[in-house]
Order: sequence, then structure tokens, then C-alpha cells
Amino acid sequence: MDLSKYVANLILFFRRLRIRAFRAMGGGGGGAEEELTAQETALYDRQIRVWGVDAQKRLSKAHVLVCGVNGTTIEFCKNIVLAGVGSLSLMDDHVVTEDDLNSNFLIPHDESIYGGRSRADVCCQSLKDFNPMVRVDVAKGDPSLIDGEFIDKFDIIVVSCASLKTKLFINDNCRKRNKHIAFYSIECKDSCGEIFVDLQNHSYVQKKPGGDPKQQELAYPSLQEAIDVPWKSLPKKTTKLHFAMRVLERYELSEGREPGETSLSDLPAVLALRKDMCDRMSLNESQIPTALLERLVAAGKKEHPPVCAILGGILGQEVIKSISCKGDPVKNFFYFDAADGKGVMEDIPPTPAD
Amino acid sequence: MASAAASEEAVKAAKVLMVGAGGIGCELLKTLALSGFSDIHIIDLDTIEVSNLNRQFLFRKTHVGQSKAHVARDAILKFRPNINIKSYHANVKDSEFNVDFFKQFNVVMNGLDNLDARRHVNRLCLAAEVPLVESGTTGFLGQVTVHVKGKTECYECQAKPVPKSYPVCTITSTPSKFVHCIVWAKDLLFAKLFGDKNQDNDLNVHSKDGSSSNSDVFKRDADEDLDQYARRIYDHVFGYNIEVALENEETWKNRKRPTPIYSREALPEEALKQNGTSGDCTKEHEEPSAMASLGLTNPQEIWTLADNSRVFVEAFKLFFQKREKEVGNLIFDKDDQLAVEFVSTAANIRAYSFGIPLHSLFEAKGVAGNIVHAVATTNAIIAGLIVIEAIKVLRGDYKNYRMTFCLEHPTRKMLLMPVDPFEPNKSCYVCSETPLLLDVNTKETKLREVIDKIIKSKLGMNLPLVMIGSTLVFEDGDGLEEDEAANYALNLDKVLAELPAPVINGTKLTVEDFQQELSCSINIKHREEFDEEKEPEGMVLSGWSAPVEKQVNSNGANKSAASSSSAHDSVEDISSKPGMKRKLDEISETKENCGASTSAQVVEDDDDLTMLDEDPKLKKKRSL
Repeated sequence: MDLSKYVANLILFFRRLRIRAFRAMGGGGGGAEEELTAQETALYDRQIRVWGVDAQKRLSKAHVLVCGVNGTTIEFCKNIVLAGVGSLSLMDDHVVTEDDLNSNFLIPHDESIYGGRSRADVCCQSLKDFNPMVRVDVAKGDPSLIDGEFIDKFDIIVVSCASLKTKLFINDNCRKRNKHIAFYSIECKDSCGEIFVDLQNHSYVQKKPGGDPKQQELAYPSLQEAIDVPWKSLPKKTTKLHFAMRVLERYELSEGREPGETSLSDLPAVLALRKDMCDRMSLNESQIPTALLERLVAAGKKEHPPVCAILGGILGQEVIKSISCKGDPVKNFFYFDAADGKGVMEDIPPTPAD
Repeated sequence: MASAAASEEAVKAAKVLMVGAGGIGCELLKTLALSGFSDIHIIDLDTIEVSNLNRQFLFRKTHVGQSKAHVARDAILKFRPNINIKSYHANVKDSEFNVDFFKQFNVVMNGLDNLDARRHVNRLCLAAEVPLVESGTTGFLGQVTVHVKGKTECYECQAKPVPKSYPVCTITSTPSKFVHCIVWAKDLLFAKLFGDKNQDNDLNVHSKDGSSSNSDVFKRDADEDLDQYARRIYDHVFGYNIEVALENEETWKNRKRPTPIYSREALPEEALKQNGTSGDCTKEHEEPSAMASLGLTNPQEIWTLADNSRVFVEAFKLFFQKREKEVGNLIFDKDDQLAVEFVSTAANIRAYSFGIPLHSLFEAKGVAGNIVHAVATTNAIIAGLIVIEAIKVLRGDYKNYRMTFCLEHPTRKMLLMPVDPFEPNKSCYVCSETPLLLDVNTKETKLREVIDKIIKSKLGMNLPLVMIGSTLVFEDGDGLEEDEAANYALNLDKVLAELPAPVINGTKLTVEDFQQELSCSINIKHREEFDEEKEPEGMVLSGWSAPVEKQVNSNGANKSAASSSSAHDSVEDISSKPGMKRKLDEISETKENCGASTSAQVVEDDDDLTMLDEDPKLKKKRSL
């Protein structure tokens, strides 16, 4: 390589590095120039001590959309409203039914209050009360139809109780936009839960205990890419829940079911699908225990409140990490199962080791 | 799905006690209510503060000043009116919460903020044989543990490291870190000027003018105006005292020499006059604030020496102008703006003198107030985990009990890491009957010292009773006969060897706390020599908790732990205590409490401090 080209490359490299560092330090898009008000400093005192003033300023400029209001996403909403995000929009036109009362603590046990109103509508007011400094509103509409222009209003989109098709559609849309939009999907199936994360290209400051802060880059696969990964290429100790959730997802899709619209009577058909998928992907069927699938189909739409709190807490932390560009984010799946108590990260497809 | 039904039944029938309605408590109460618990009792002595509102989501601004327990109850009942919640705005250590009270519950869940209360609840749970689910969080870290008598270790089976404390001379003469300056400003200077005058104070410990005249230096002269007084104090502590210290050449042989600072240099007259006399800009109805009255607005900013000096003098004057009635019995409080301003700026001026980097008011407040980092998300996760364990306890599913750690950096892919519980520590003085050993000079030490420094502080007893053989020498609490009380009072001031039943080498003391239903034995070993720096109490208790041998890997969490010491406390570093080995050294976790210091003044926040070591190699299972 001749010298001039080498130097040009070097300059380019350093420019890129600077731009990334700039972004990660709070530069670019909005920046963090203004000081927090005395009111904000007082309210957020304890958490600023965790993540710093800059992260707090960035949080206050972030716009979050939640599609699908249930016990799990409401936990998440509570967490980020308390943390002080800029705004939160709720999209869920479903009219509240008695089932919603089980795990959603923002819906009072009083039909005269919730009767005839949408889930988003009922929860919106209570969330506003949690933190008057955060704008909370209702975004009417159908998540499966949201367009790019609408999506551009947000920095973070969280999808729950949606079909695989809708999730793929929104994730795809997020990736097509010019601005950086982080995508999350989250599902709670009674005592089990799954979070999927797509931050596209994410650069952040990593701070390991005892070490100096280090700039890190991560490249995320899309949801489609992640679920298309051949099972046999995954490490043996991959969480069984990952496979089980794929079987269930495929089953709901092929049967044209609403998300979570399953019961124990679906088990034989689900087990047949498991065999089919395992055969195709050369995975031993024992990797997806029948007992686990049984729990998942029986769960239906049921959410176990402690699991909602755990998933909503983890997702809250992840969103704060992604907005603040601080701390190792989950890449790209998180699983929790109350049966063994483990909260596990899975990287799918696995990032090749350097 | 028989197991699901069994859980539901167990939950519905359960009567549970929650101790603490703070960060974890709010989340826990909500999750319990949603999970079908319908008979919940909740105790908390705290009232609501603004800095709680970022995570204690059941509280609103209008609730500031009200009882956490009551407000939390009302908030939940709005959403779930059909459950029974009983709230107590009280201290869990109050006598009404005795063993019989605890016996009515199927499980007790702690969301506490201090070691003292945790130990107390642990003992009551052991005595009442009620399972305890214990928890704590700091920042992104947290843990949940299960303590069931006879099945798992009790809360006190393992070391609870006391917060780091510093040798007195580091604080008074040779600070090398900002925290040393804070401790000096808070525990010495602030206490000397505004606190109880009768307290021991080492502020002038190394000055040459002897202790007799010292007390006068800090007194205001009759004809002195406030400004003169403030400047005289300034010059004395930042100027004169440093000059005195500099005379001791030996001290500075291998250290950087400090620079004396005088107000005429740091704080030119004009600068002070510019801002007029203090108090002008302070509105009467507002809490007095020196930075506000000087027009400084950003607590995140690092102020210059001049600004620190201005705020220092202003805060000093405001105390005498606006809060004169409190002077003489003030105790530092992290929520007291003026006290924070005074302590932060004093620490900064001292830091400047010693070439230590200055800090913003915000940072200094964190160090001084020993503030625990807290976020809503971790509390929510921990509350979820508590409920999962509580349900197992109710079902008697003890094979599946887990202690779970919430981590910031994944370990073996895990962010939530369950570990099998440990079995009871056979030499735990709380849940076993192993005697303790006390090295003490029986010819010089008074019973009062043993009771205050050992039995109350170290053993965490509330209302102790002390017996030597069958002779009762001391009893605490109400309901004593007058002559008994007088007799005990006499005993308190006797040295051990002169008690009605003499305590000498080899004597065995029996110590009991009726409320906690805890009894333990202390074997006495007579010793005459104690190292003043390492054993300042003149007593050494061993066997009372397994020590921590290695330094805890902190994720930065120990920053706040480091500040909770007071210079009056013991100066030993627990990690270097001789003759004490970590019992279960494969354990990777160490729980720490933010305010575990034995001095009652330490201000605590609502959540607990946790320290975790995330090295997976250290983690080994230990089955029941």
C-alpha cells in the first residue's frame, strides 16, 4: 500500500472514531447542553448517582413507543416514566376486559372506570401521575399498520402481545429509517419470559469494574435474521426456552392464532410441530422438553406478576442503557424462567470471538 | 397443573409481613397484591421525601412528609380494594412487634435499609420460626436470600462487613482522599460547631495549645460580629491548625505538605461585600441555603476555592442567623441543605489545602450522606424475585429455594443468577449456641462499656440482660422495680472485676434479649494491653461473625460504603483482623449495609447496599 493511501485511511479511521466517540459522549442529535433543573436534580438524585448527569439528560430527550399494553409492558412503562424519559406513547386499542386486571396494576377493579375504554387510555392517566415531568399519551392505531413517518417520531419501540408477522414488520421498518430506532419485543408466558433486542449498530461506553471506560461497537441482527439461524449452529447449552418460543411462535402463525391464544388442547399439534422443526434443523427433540412446551401452551395469555416485574425491570434497564450509550446491553435475547430462576442472555447468531 | 393450583391456594391463605415500604417495599407490595396475596401487614417508620419519588412509585409529591407504610397501603387499595393491608408507621424494633406478633405470619419479607433492623428481624424470625425472605439493592445490583430455621443459613451466619473506617490521625492530620476531608468536616468540624458540645471531639487533637483552651476557640466572643466569628473559625481550622500540624516535621517526611489557607487570601473582603450580608436574598419561608443566597445555581459544578469559601462563610452565618435554636444539638443530615453546603465546602477547602481534587456539591453530598444509589428497575426485579421465593416458602418447596443475585455484568450469560442456599453456619452465635470470646481488661473496663460497645453495638441487642452465673447484673427496659433499676445503674459504672459476681479471666457471661428471644454466652479473657490504633475500644470480640478476608469486588459500589465511618468509630479494617478466617470462602457474595456503622448518627437511605463479586470461578454450589 502506498503511503498517501495509508495516511488517508488513517485519517478516515480517526475521523470515524471521533464521530463515534462524539455520539457516545452525548454529542450530535440534541446533545446534552442544557443543565437539569433543580427540580430534576432533586427528583432524580439517587439515579443520577447510578448513571450520571449526561445519561439523565439523554433520557429526558428520548421518545418511547409501546405497542401492546399488558402486565409486562406496564411494568416497563412505570420504570422508564419514573426514570424520566422525554415521552411515552401507548398504542393498544383493545378494550379492557376482566383478564387484563390479573397482571396490570394500573387498571382498577372497577368497571365503571375501565368499562368501554382502551387499555392504552386507562393506563395513560396513572402513568402521568407517576412523574409529571414525563409526557405520556395514547397513540391510537394498529401496530401492524404503523408507517415509517410515524415511527420516526420515536427513538425506542417496544412491541408486545403482537404476532410474529407484526413484530417482523415493525422491526423491518425501524431498520429502514434514516434515524436510529431501537427495537425491542417482550413476551411473558406465565412463569417464562423472552426479550428480543435489535439496536442495529450500537456504540457505547463499557465500564468493567476496575477497568477504564472503553468504547465498544456492537452490530445486531434483525429479528428475521435471528430466528432464521439454523438451530444446529447454536451452542449446545443454548436456553431451551429459545427453541420452545420459536415452536410456539410458528404454531400461532401457521394456525392464524392471536398471540397467546393457545391452551393445553393445542399440545399434541405443538408437539408434532416440534418434531417437524427439530427434524428440519437437525436438533434433538429433547432440547425442547415436552413439559416446557406444555407450560407455554397452557399459559396462553396469562402473565405471572412477579415475572412481569422481572421482565419489565430488565427491559427498563436495557432501554436506559441503550439511550445513555452506557453499559453492556443485552445482545440479543434475554430469557427468564421462574422454574429455575435463571435470567439468561443469548447471543443469536453467536458473535464470532475475535 | 396441580402445582399452579397449589401455589394459588397457598398464596390466598397466607398472612404475610413486609418490613420496609421504601424502594423495594413499594414494588413488593404491588407485586404481592397482583399475585393474589390478600392479607399483608407492612411496617415502616419512615416518612416520604422528594428523592424517594424517582422509584417509590406509590408516592406523589403531595405525600412528602407522610408515613410510607400508610400511603403505600392507601395507594394499593385504590387499585385492589378487596385485599386486607394493615400498615404500621412504626419501628420494627418497637416492643409491640415481639415474637408473638411475628408468629402470626407465614412468611416475612424484608425491604430494609440497615443492618441493625435486618439483624433484629432475623432474630425474631428465628425465635418465631417464621421463614424470612431477605433482600437488598444498590444501583443495578441486588440480591434475594431465603432464611428458614434449620434448613438454610440465617441472615447472620455470614460476615456482614462493617463500613470502612479510618484511623483518627488520617482524618485529623493526614487526609489523602476526599472522603477523609468529608469525614473531618462532618464528624469533627460540623459536630464541634453545631452539634452537642459535650461530645468528645478530636478536631484539635494535634494542636499545641493543649485541650484546655480548645473549647474556647470555637466559642463566639461577646463583642464579635458574625462575619468576624466566621472568619476567625475559618482561619483557625484551615490556617492555624495546618500551621501547627506542619511543625511536626516527622509527619511530613514522606508526605506532601499541606498549605495553610486564611480567609483574607481565599476570600477577599470585596467578594464578600459584593454579595451583601447573608440572608438578604433568602426568602423567609424557604429553607435557608447559602448557595442560593449567593446566587450559585449548579450543584454539579466544581466550585473554586473562593466560591467554596464564600459558601462556607455564608452557610456558617446562616446557621446562626436562621437556625440559632438548633445550634448545639444539630446532627448532620443529608437532606439538610445548609448542613450539606457547610460540610461540602469545608471538605473542599481542606482538600485544597492538602492538594486533593475538589468535588461538586452533588458529589460531596453523596459521600457525606452515604447515599445509596438506587433505581426503580432493580427494585422491581428484586421484588419479583422475593415473591417467587415467598411462594416456594409457602408451598414448603424447600428443595427449590434459591438465593438470587441481580448482576450488572453477566456471569456465565446470566444477569439473574440463582444459587443454592447455604446450610446454617454451625458456629453462628445467633442461630447456634456457640459461645463468643471477649478479650477485655476486667480491672479497668466498666460494665457500661461492655454493654454499649459490645452487647448493643456489635451483637445488635436491643434490650439486653446480663447474667454472671445465676447473678443478674443488668437488665434493660421498662417495668423494673425502683431498687432494681438503681442497683443496675450502680453496676453499670463498676469495673467488671468489682461486680457483685466478679468477672475475671475465664468467667462466662450470659447475655439475653427477651424481645429477640436471643441468648448467647461470652467467655471472658482478661488482657491488659490493647493497641490504641487497632483496638481503640480496649476490647476485642471474636467469634461473633466470620470476617471477610478478601476485599469485595465492588462495581464501584463501595464508594458509598467508604464514607459511612465516623472518626470515633473503631479504626480497624475488618479485612485485616487477626485470627479470623472467612468461613465459607467459596462464597462469592458479600452483603453490605450502607449504614452498618455502629454510630447511630449515620444517615441511611431507603435501600440497601449490596456488594457482589461476579467472578464465576468463586461460585460453588452447596446443597442443602
